[in-house]
Amino acid sequence: MATHVLSLLVEDKAGLLTRVAGLFARRGFNISSLAVGVSEVPGLSRITVVVDVEDAPLEQVTKQLNKLVNVIKIVELDIDQSVQREHLLIKVRVDHTTRSQVLEAVNLFRARVVDVATDALVIEVTGDTGKTEALLRVLEPYGIKEMAQSGLLAIGRGSKSITDRVFKN
Amino acid sequence: MPTSAARAAGADGTSDKPDLITGSAAILRSLARLGVTDVFGIPGGAVIPFYDELMAQNAIRHILVRHEQGAGHAAEGYASASRRVGVAIATSGPGATNLVTAIADAHMDSVPTLFITGQVFSTSMGTDAFQEADIVGITMPITKHSFLVKRAEDIPATIAAAYHIASTGRPGPVLVDITKDAQQNLMEFSWPPVVDLPGYRPVTKAHGKQVHAAARLLAESSKPVLYVGGGVVRAHASDELAALAEATGAPVVTTLMARGAFPDSNKQHLGMPGMHGTVAAVLALQDADLIISLGARFDDRVTGSVAGFAPHAKIVHVDVDPAEISKIRHADVPIVGDAKDVIADLTAAFEHEVAAVGGPDLSDWWAKLDELRTQFPLGYTPTSDGLLAPQAIIKRIGELTGPEGVYVAGVGQHQMWAAQFIQYERPNAFLNSGGAGTMGYAVPAAMGAKVSQPDRVVWAIDGDGCFQMTNQELATCTINDIPIKVAIINNSSLGMVRQWQTLFYDGRHSFTDLNTGHETAMIPDFLKLAEAYGALGIRVTKEEEVDAAIKLALETNDRPVVIDFIVSRDAMVWPMVPQGVSNSNVQYAKDHAPSWGEE
Repeated sequence: MATHVLSLLVEDKAGLLTRVAGLFARRGFNISSLAVGVSEVPGLSRITVVVDVEDAPLEQVTKQLNKLVNVIKIVELDIDQSVQREHLLIKVRVDHTTRSQVLEAVNLFRARVVDVATDALVIEVTGDTGKTEALLRVLEPYGIKEMAQSGLLAIGRGSKSITDRVFKN
Repeated sequence: MPTSAARAAGADGTSDKPDLITGSAAILRSLARLGVTDVFGIPGGAVIPFYDELMAQNAIRHILVRHEQGAGHAAEGYASASRRVGVAIATSGPGATNLVTAIADAHMDSVPTLFITGQVFSTSMGTDAFQEADIVGITMPITKHSFLVKRAEDIPATIAAAYHIASTGRPGPVLVDITKDAQQNLMEFSWPPVVDLPGYRPVTKAHGKQVHAAARLLAESSKPVLYVGGGVVRAHASDELAALAEATGAPVVTTLMARGAFPDSNKQHLGMPGMHGTVAAVLALQDADLIISLGARFDDRVTGSVAGFAPHAKIVHVDVDPAEISKIRHADVPIVGDAKDVIADLTAAFEHEVAAVGGPDLSDWWAKLDELRTQFPLGYTPTSDGLLAPQAIIKRIGELTGPEGVYVAGVGQHQMWAAQFIQYERPNAFLNSGGAGTMGYAVPAAMGAKVSQPDRVVWAIDGDGCFQMTNQELATCTINDIPIKVAIINNSSLGMVRQWQTLFYDGRHSFTDLNTGHETAMIPDFLKLAEAYGALGIRVTKEEEVDAAIKLALETNDRPVVIDFIVSRDAMVWPMVPQGVSNSNVQYAKDHAPSWGEE
């Protein structure tokens, strides 16, 4: 199955997320990541959904999403034509022997330490999925006590905007 | 800053200056401005403010039903028999949840309907208040859209938006849930409101290039079929379809939802396709080289096994809903648009194409189809138990009533026989629950149809099982002078399930015996039940009584009529394509499949 990144421009209405998420569930699609936030247009939100699905069912789910009255536009973002980032907070176990090695990894990955305790560090990292997964692999042996991950955020490269053609007419 | 705001004009085109009224009065005034004249409903705690205003006006007729499901199906019948939007009203909690079956039904069959429910006070929402249910949440998967209104001032724009969504594009049910405080509070009413739906833009006019591609395929095809679905009825495109059929000379099949969209008397009509379709219709699709799908959705009851469906056919798929196209079967030429416009454009493009390159020769195709029709006409075998043949009764009802009648079926064997043995000549004459298969649809839907078409004879062709699910609406019919006619095809069982048990479960008739018919306890006694509801009850057990009973029913218009036709329980619906197999395996009768070489 192929991974697809969908960007949805939606009206900021009560129950909107339920409508979108419910549609995925109802039609049998698993959402692997979801990020919701405001867009540059007041009253409109932007949802970034990552789904693992073949092309034909993806077309069907896109068409069904388009039928939702509060969904204004859907764009599939091509990996090469877009910038994709996710955000991770990782609490790693450290002691006096491992702290310097963990900090070295943090530097190598251009991550940041945002909280320090005697036996743990909270590390913040931003990047594409490949980078965050690589950092996790490096930190794993030290003991990951807790982590929180945002959904993938994505935006098209170049000057075009998802809202460009929406309000033309 | 959405700029695609549409302004909903009132039916009478007038505009009000602001006027201070309650939210409840605003609901009524909005409905009236949209042209609504009849609504079905039941009051309850969370809609008392609305009902208080309802009593104080006479622009809208309210019909007090006995169960909210009845209100929902009545709204469906009202809409399906006419070109109007059906409206049902219920209170919060159980009132709203009782609508759910009807909402799901309207969603599956794309019926333009508006459901208005009361909700508890906005300040109580989320606290498990008395009669609170999250009806917007519950109905999300089965509505075209839904709204929750917590402020009186939002009512006119919401009602107008709901009505617009329900009745345009692919029609469907829209729910508006209105809190009790929004109904009570005062607001400044003005009309028309600004309706702002930036995400709702149904496509109506199709892409010219695709229409031309379809016309070219049609001109080149030697074995085309026009596969007509309920979308043609909803789009009021029967005249355009007749013109396309005449221009192309192609055979036409009409699905369960499209019976009547093309006249049964037309020689190009092969009948209904699908699980219980005619052999000619089923095999025409199977052997076609081109299928022009018009407002149909390749339902599993039509296609049988999708992998084996119409293996040699190219598909032109016309639908107003883009999500239907290539959902089940890949469309070689997808056309998104309103059936009425697209069919007219397609006819013009076809004629243009024929003028340029000549028309197709369909004589071999018709020779084959005519042979099938002659060899395998729709029919039935006489019963062996001395009881009435249900098919004969349904046929006679159609013959004695004629094509101007409205026939509303329940779900099951009688529904299939009503689709097969009544001759339909006009759209909106056959109403049934096609997609959802809702037993209990017939009586309340017939009631709704009679309210929207008071001058037509309206028959509910019902089963003894279906009838027992919603017959309480006979009280509504009697008291409100809605003289529907109910034909109970009483085989004393859940007949279609029984048929499957007979055919596929070694005759193990598990819990399908209802004890309403011949040589049973006859509980309930449908005659007594009819009389208890103030209806005329007639029981028919012999062939020679059939015509007289139907005629008496047709002459009786001062009250509803219920005819209890005691029929054989062994009658089966044929032809049949067993579930999950290819349509090439259609059986004409038990153990009798036509020989039709796959080419």
